[in-house]
Amino acid sequence: MSWDWQVFLTDDGSGRTYLEWMLESWRWTLAVAGCAWIVAMLTGAIVGTLRTLPDRPWLVRLANAWVELFRNIPLLVQIFLWYFVVPKLFPSFQQVPGFVLVVLGLGFFTSARIAEQFRAGIQALPRGQRHAAMALGLTTWQTYRHVLLPMAFRIILPPLTSESMNLLKNSSVAFAVSIAELTMFAMQAQEETSRGIEIYLAVTGLYALSALAINRVLAWVERRLRVPGFIAAGATGGH
Amino acid sequence: MKKHVFVIGLAATLALGASAQSNDTLAKVKASGSITLGVRDSSGALSYTLGEGKYAGYHVEICQRILANVEKAVGKKLEVKYQSVTSQNRIPLVQNGTVDLECGSTTNNTARQRDVAFAFTTYVEEVRTAVRANSGITSIAQLNGKNVATTTGTTSVQLLRKHERANGVDFKEVFGKDHADSFLLLESGRADAFVMDSQILAGNIANAKNPAEFKIVGEVLSVEPIAIMLRKDDPAFKKIADDTIAGLAKSGELAKLYDKWFVQAIPPKGAKLNMPASDNNKTAWANPNDKPVEDYLKK
Repeated sequence: MSWDWQVFLTDDGSGRTYLEWMLESWRWTLAVAGCAWIVAMLTGAIVGTLRTLPDRPWLVRLANAWVELFRNIPLLVQIFLWYFVVPKLFPSFQQVPGFVLVVLGLGFFTSARIAEQFRAGIQALPRGQRHAAMALGLTTWQTYRHVLLPMAFRIILPPLTSESMNLLKNSSVAFAVSIAELTMFAMQAQEETSRGIEIYLAVTGLYALSALAINRVLAWVERRLRVPGFIAAGATGGH
Repeated sequence: MKKHVFVIGLAATLALGASAQSNDTLAKVKASGSITLGVRDSSGALSYTLGEGKYAGYHVEICQRILANVEKAVGKKLEVKYQSVTSQNRIPLVQNGTVDLECGSTTNNTARQRDVAFAFTTYVEEVRTAVRANSGITSIAQLNGKNVATTTGTTSVQLLRKHERANGVDFKEVFGKDHADSFLLLESGRADAFVMDSQILAGNIANAKNPAEFKIVGEVLSVEPIAIMLRKDDPAFKKIADDTIAGLAKSGELAKLYDKWFVQAIPPKGAKLNMPASDNNKTAWANPNDKPVEDYLKK
């Protein structure tokens, strides 16, 4: 088989090279994944925490419903619901750019999974910690802020890392609603150039590179936040 | 999902690339007693699935005619296998011997001719524009500033880009992940026009809830010869394919087959594409050839 890497330097018909186009679509991938990550982390942390609240059955049920709703519908279906169905019900959504809809769709989908991790992290803590905080006279908010969440967050960092990497890879569904990201570039450029193997290899490389970067950054965060003598004390980072 | 299929194709290419390079398809099918046709799940009336592993369409039927002549040449009945292919994996699968004859909707161009061979052109595609009938749009010039849909992974995207640059018009392009999706963009109002191969437009309109709400308008943006694809450097096999097609064209049977798939009602739903053969098609049948798309554009 012969390679033809020069294909990346050829013009795509609009005055830019395929390489430029690929880097541009890489930026879109990172933008979608980055924005969705922020949505997912914020919503996930809030919903996950709500699920563990004592004596607030309705808030807990609401948060449970959130998780089940967004966790049980396939991601691609959710993206289509945001893109085609929601604007039918609320015509004003027709004006919302596809980018925002994808960020919301991907963010909420991932938030359900992150919420589950937060719940697991909080519930993994010995019950005594909550009781001790209550005995000290801390309010529920203070209990979570100063006692439970800091430890729970450290416990769930490894699965959060995986989830963040998943989020990046899941951002490839954005091509389905016309976001010019890497997967769309790959499908389109391989058709135009007939050099599918080179194009897909390059795109695969960029996905792997981005996911690895997330992994390394979060592994570093994990090491920095480690509390000596507590959880993850013996871990050597990475996973 | 297409990516998975592609990766499998890629792995197969790498694994078989070295070993399966004997380009004598006739000897191969004679030895194995079976032949594999590459087919598409939904390439309009050219090649599509009826479900349960059954495939139909204009190109599938032509392939079956070629097959009959292949059986005569090897002197025995062959077992026919169907392998569903995608735009991404069809060329690697033909090259590595998984597929012997690709009966889909592949455009014959010079880039592909470096990797594979094409039988005589059986269908000439015209790229056109579908709009909602009440939109008042009748030509591509009216699309300035409008949302124009097309499908990711098709040559129409590049065509639009070139057209935009050459004529100084400014479309807002929206991309569907497949043709049904692009049509949904048009149907739901997210796009004002859908630029695509006219038989795909006709197929989607025929299957729409209310076909009268849509129409195909405007100039022909591009002309592409679509042909049955086979392995490169296999003159004996290509000759059988070419002779079959030339024979069908000469007897007028090719025009009848065309009529059967593109004008009459076709299974499974009995939809009608209502696409009488264009002059480009008639020219290709009058002088059977395997010219690539570049030769059509020169004219």
